[in-house]
Amino acid sequence: MFDIVFWILAAVTVGAALAVVILRDVFRAALSLVLLFLTIAVIYITLYADFLAVAQILIYVGAISILIIVAIMLTREVWHGSPSGKLRIPALVVSLLLLGILVFTVVSTKWEMSGESPQQPTTAAIGSSLFGEGGFILPVEITAVLLLAAVLGAIVLIREK
Amino acid sequence: MSVGLEHYLVLSAVLFSIGLYGVLAKRNAVVILMCIEIMLNAVNIALVAFSRYVVPMFLTGQIFAIFVIVVAAAEAAVGIAIIIAIYRSRESVDVDKFDLMKW
Repeated sequence: MFDIVFWILAAVTVGAALAVVILRDVFRAALSLVLLFLTIAVIYITLYADFLAVAQILIYVGAISILIIVAIMLTREVWHGSPSGKLRIPALVVSLLLLGILVFTVVSTKWEMSGESPQQPTTAAIGSSLFGEGGFILPVEITAVLLLAAVLGAIVLIREK
Repeated sequence: MSVGLEHYLVLSAVLFSIGLYGVLAKRNAVVILMCIEIMLNAVNIALVAFSRYVVPMFLTGQIFAIFVIVVAAAEAAVGIAIIIAIYRSRESVDVDKFDLMKW
């Protein structure tokens, strides 16, 4: 049962990613990107990452996809489509080469699996290791500064002169 | 053969390669930004799969994935701001015409 779910998810995810790259209509590519984000959230659920699945839906499906669609509408380039550049064949060769290397490495490595069952509700554990004693509190603070800098940078870049 | 760590890693590798092809081959800057998001999501799948199968008692992979999501959100905001700023001056989002830093 779990295997069938995984194979369906993998097929839909790869199909949506291929549609983003292949479709000539930029807006349809953005919509299939939203489908990709949703299936990745379900993949997180199959990996017992419930908090991450909700965060994926909130941030990617909710925010980033809207940002991308607004960008498509603000830059009236929809009728130009998404053409490929002169480097299409070299790019295909490079990405297939990288795929071959990655798959070979993954298959030939002997991974040290742990037989333990995963933590089931992860939200409390993630919260305590993000904000708790000896956790990741410094990266969280730095992330806040990064987000502030990104927001200020976006406002400064987009302001009318 | 039941689904395990290798399956998730191969799925992640396939998504990363598709994203890399899009980044290298496409000419529309917004589509390139979308392909970068595909690559970041592929990396997140690999991180969460490692967290699930290799160290299930610690959530370090998932926490790292949260930071990747935050940085991706910041990157998308700044990237789209840059694209719109260039579009204002060039009337185009074709990366072949972005030669402002060429000397």
